[in-house]
Amino acid sequence: MRWLLGKDLLILRRSRVLVGVLVVYPIAIALLIGLAISRSPGKPKVAIVNLAPPGASVELGGSKVEVGRYYAQLFSEVQPLKVATRAQALEKVRSGEALAAVVIPANIAAKLSSVLNQGQLEVIYNGDALEQSLAQSKIQAAVAQANLELSEQIRQLASRGINLLLQGGDLSQLGINQNRLLGLEALPKVLGGLIARAPPGRDRQELVRIKELADFAASNLNISKDVLATIGQPVQVRSALVHGRRTPLNAFAVVVAVSISLMFVCVLLAAGGIALEREDNTLARLTRGLVSREGLVVEKLLLAGGCAFVLAFAMLAGIGAFVALEWSRIGLWLLALAAGALAFGAMGVAIGALAREVRAASLLAFLLSLPLAFLALVPAGAVAPALYDVIRGVSVVFPFKAALQALDNAVNGAEPAIAGSIAHLLALTLLFSVLARVGLRRA
Amino acid sequence: MSGREPAGAAGAVLSARALSKRFGERVALHDVSFDVRPGELVAVIGPNGAGKTTLLSVLAGVQAPTDGDVGGAAQRVGWVPQQPAVYTKLTVVENLALWARLERVSDPAATVRRMLEQTDLAERADEQVGRLSGGNRQRVNIAVGMLSQPAALLLDEPSAALDPIQRGRLWEFIEGLTAHGTCVMFSTHNVAEAERYAGRVLVLDEGELLFDGSPRTLMGQATGRGEAGDGIDFEEAFVEFLQARARA
Repeated sequence: MRWLLGKDLLILRRSRVLVGVLVVYPIAIALLIGLAISRSPGKPKVAIVNLAPPGASVELGGSKVEVGRYYAQLFSEVQPLKVATRAQALEKVRSGEALAAVVIPANIAAKLSSVLNQGQLEVIYNGDALEQSLAQSKIQAAVAQANLELSEQIRQLASRGINLLLQGGDLSQLGINQNRLLGLEALPKVLGGLIARAPPGRDRQELVRIKELADFAASNLNISKDVLATIGQPVQVRSALVHGRRTPLNAFAVVVAVSISLMFVCVLLAAGGIALEREDNTLARLTRGLVSREGLVVEKLLLAGGCAFVLAFAMLAGIGAFVALEWSRIGLWLLALAAGALAFGAMGVAIGALAREVRAASLLAFLLSLPLAFLALVPAGAVAPALYDVIRGVSVVFPFKAALQALDNAVNGAEPAIAGSIAHLLALTLLFSVLARVGLRRA
Repeated sequence: MSGREPAGAAGAVLSARALSKRFGERVALHDVSFDVRPGELVAVIGPNGAGKTTLLSVLAGVQAPTDGDVGGAAQRVGWVPQQPAVYTKLTVVENLALWARLERVSDPAATVRRMLEQTDLAERADEQVGRLSGGNRQRVNIAVGMLSQPAALLLDEPSAALDPIQRGRLWEFIEGLTAHGTCVMFSTHNVAEAERYAGRVLVLDEGELLFDGSPRTLMGQATGRGEAGDGIDFEEAFVEFLQARARA
């Protein structure tokens, strides 16, 4: 077997372009995926037409809420391209310069102030389905956030009014020119004094009824402030992790990038290596008593796994210079990489043995590997439950997800525990080795 | 390939006893038996799909027979497949050294030197096989088959990719082997080559062994004139033989 290993390494050394592609391609893919995962998406360009007059504000109870603050919130979620007219905004969208346009009508402040009508924004979209979806979700999120800000300001104004009603005070802060107002909370005490001094009779009974009303109004109006707050933001988010350790996004991106590189190098080398034996017609000569088919499977697995292991570890160590990784866990890194390399190697040998030709083997390896990596990264809840079950089933019979989980645990201490993932990878190594042996049955 | 049991006639280097090979419903070989003795040069001829390649690959141990046995005194059987089975990315000498080590020959370096001389490849020793001509590639292919100095050598269409000069050198080389006691079996479509070089021909058709004897006997049987077929060449006699068997 060592002679065959030496031969394969010599052939690899001579195939400089292949080695270059095998090293550069996964690194490039890995970097792209890493960047895609770790960086937030860019803000879409949106043409904004603000037809409201400068300084427009919503007036509530004599106080003003600046509509400009509402726009600022709206603009923060997009790249605003300010234009003067609706026609200019439409042109920006048509030409593709902007993905969407938002038209803020001139009467928005008046509508909000009226309380009876909702303010309305006009949104115009363009672009393909994906771009449209991105722009739409961004604008909807921005509008929701801006609405929240506005309603909070309105709630604060309303609370101040309720406080005045309850506790009394200077009405000038509500824009009313009047003497100091008596608060509802003080009213029962005043009425109690009047009742005590009033002679028994019809007037005194009326005063008692008024005092009961004041008691009831004061206690219920107090609750209304909390009701307003709840209506303004009915649901608040409080985050908690059920179990395990949360992996920071950039550390997870490192794990994804290394796993993808490990997979590509391993699967392609193993598939190409075994298929090359067929293409050179040497398989029959080898297996007529010189090397067993099992030995050949193990040799290709070790060759591909070994090369991929070295490359993946070098990548991890290299990335470690830029991202904080726990070097004290290096033993677990090596274990996870080795188990992943074995499983990917076995999968590659099986592909090569079944495809029987280098080009077909390489193509099949690509066709299988890419979607498998993609599927393994689909989070629960991102697709329909039945589809997620199918994806989970597919991920169980191929090594990518198990390798990803093993490496995530090794590097970041994430759940699930590494032992289960390693056992899973070893089982897949065995399964794919058997498949490869079956594929090699016919020399 | 080593470890054969002598199962044929006394003195036979290679023996086939009631060999059959089926691929599903298709019968590739049916009840084929013969013995080959040291120094014999045997041609296996027949139309396309007759079972020539299957017979040689079963004798070489590449495929297991469905029924029957392969045996003989040869401890090692060399096999040279029709398509060169060598690593195109390795040089001639690297190929020979690798296969010599895989064959576990006692002195790989000396064996490689000897094979380079015998096959006239010394000047091309450091060239990658993938850059050699078809003829030279075939010579490397044959050299690999000869590395273990087998008592029996099986060649599948050995001259198919060679030009006339290379063919001449190939047969010179093969005759040198038989002169030293190696028995050589080769399959060919070129019946004139079989007549010219082989001392014995095996005629296969649809997996059955129809004839086992000298080319002259085959000509005689085809023309009905005993040993020699005057006025008819071997190819015509071979075709006549096959047609007569088909009519029967």
